[in-house]
Amino acid sequence: MSRIRLIARLDVKAPSLIKGVHLEGLRKIGDPNAFARSYYEQGADEILYMDIVASLYERNSLLDIVERTTRDVFVPITVGGGIRSVHDAQAAFRAGADKVAFNTAAVRRPELISEIARRFGSQAAVLSIEAKRRPNGDGWWAFTDNGREHTGFDVVEWAKRGAELGCGEILLTSVDQEGTRKGFDTELVAAVARAVPVPVIASGGMGVTDHLVEVVRLGAADAVAMADILHFNRATFDDIREAAVDGGLETRLVPKVSPDKLRGN
Amino acid sequence: MSRCVTIVDYGVGNLLSVARAVIKVGGTPVVAADPGQIAQADRLILPGVGAFGDCVAALRERTGLEEAIIAHAASDRPLLGICVGMQILFDSSEEYGEHQGIGLIQGRVRAIPAVTVEGLPHKVPHIGWSPLEFPAGADPDCWSGTALGDISPGASVYFVHSFTAWPLHAEDRLADVHYNGQRIAAAVARNNICATQFHPEKSGPVGLAIIAAFLAR
Repeated sequence: MSRIRLIARLDVKAPSLIKGVHLEGLRKIGDPNAFARSYYEQGADEILYMDIVASLYERNSLLDIVERTTRDVFVPITVGGGIRSVHDAQAAFRAGADKVAFNTAAVRRPELISEIARRFGSQAAVLSIEAKRRPNGDGWWAFTDNGREHTGFDVVEWAKRGAELGCGEILLTSVDQEGTRKGFDTELVAAVARAVPVPVIASGGMGVTDHLVEVVRLGAADAVAMADILHFNRATFDDIREAAVDGGLETRLVPKVSPDKLRGN
Repeated sequence: MSRCVTIVDYGVGNLLSVARAVIKVGGTPVVAADPGQIAQADRLILPGVGAFGDCVAALRERTGLEEAIIAHAASDRPLLGICVGMQILFDSSEEYGEHQGIGLIQGRVRAIPAVTVEGLPHKVPHIGWSPLEFPAGADPDCWSGTALGDISPGASVYFVHSFTAWPLHAEDRLADVHYNGQRIAAAVARNNICATQFHPEKSGPVGLAIIAAFLAR
């Protein structure tokens, strides 16, 4: 097993960090830059910004926040929400993003995945999928617009198609679990992770550190995105790493920074 | 000594992040696309993101840029290649067809094997944090005086790539990583040239220490 990545997810309604339940019912939490910096210092492997109102170009928008973040955050930054074209992706990369995540625009025009992958590389193209379990419990439908708009796409089929079109990663958010703190939809993650050759980031539902171990061991997640467990100080990255290692997972060894030498462990 | 670093702007790569990392460790980044400016540089960083063929095409679209980089390397001034900026220093690549690189380091860029060393399928691209190791058989002192001089084996850095460089000469390998058992050249060095497959500008304090050491050379 390769090392899992621990990703801090920050949903933003510029200029604020927000958090909702099932991607709705939003609550303002604070300054996203301050939270991102703190997560970097604690040892987050990556930062994921999602603009929940998809307003890239407005004043003091997410791209301004990203631009400020790159001054003191030196881990990969993914930007999603409102990426509708190669031009939008370019704007995000200029602001300092390393990857862009897209959902609605790719559902409307799947070739966008190939266009972004070809122009900026697969590693920079993240297909974001919002999944809701079908009412009969059999499989999942893909949604857009924070779980409000039905696409008619089956999640596993859409993920496979996205990988064929060139996305380098899949950000898989369970709308059912998101914000509930009841754990990830492990079956969903397992179904997608088994079906695609690219890494899958599990998102939505992390309430306690055990949920992380569960979604990696049973769901085969390659990376885990977490939000309110961090925002509300229910766990630090140290706690999360320790729990991951206790659960038999491999994570990055984060060096304790000493002024002269940086030791690996 | 000047702490000025010229970052080659040939239309690819996350220049802002590289520049911000240089600032963070006390250097002064200059982003330049003009071969005349490159020729004046004390130190050069060659970034690169995306496909090998697109990167060399973008470089060669800009008249005189490749020659300026070769002249810089020949003049014994420090050069740091990052990610695809490392790969294009090699002779050739098989990524989406056959492409010729700059040829400052002998070897070829090939796809990461699609299976683990046990023969099981694994995920490609290789994305994530992996610990640096000395190349097999290398002298444990081989990092001193290089950009890796201030870090120790086991320090993890951030990789994201589907292709990997195979140096022709084992002595050009500076650091390796293992991805599911497959050995990957994480960093190479030849005289004044150093290059990393990983992204030091995205590798937290360890990466910043690498950039700081490059600036101190």
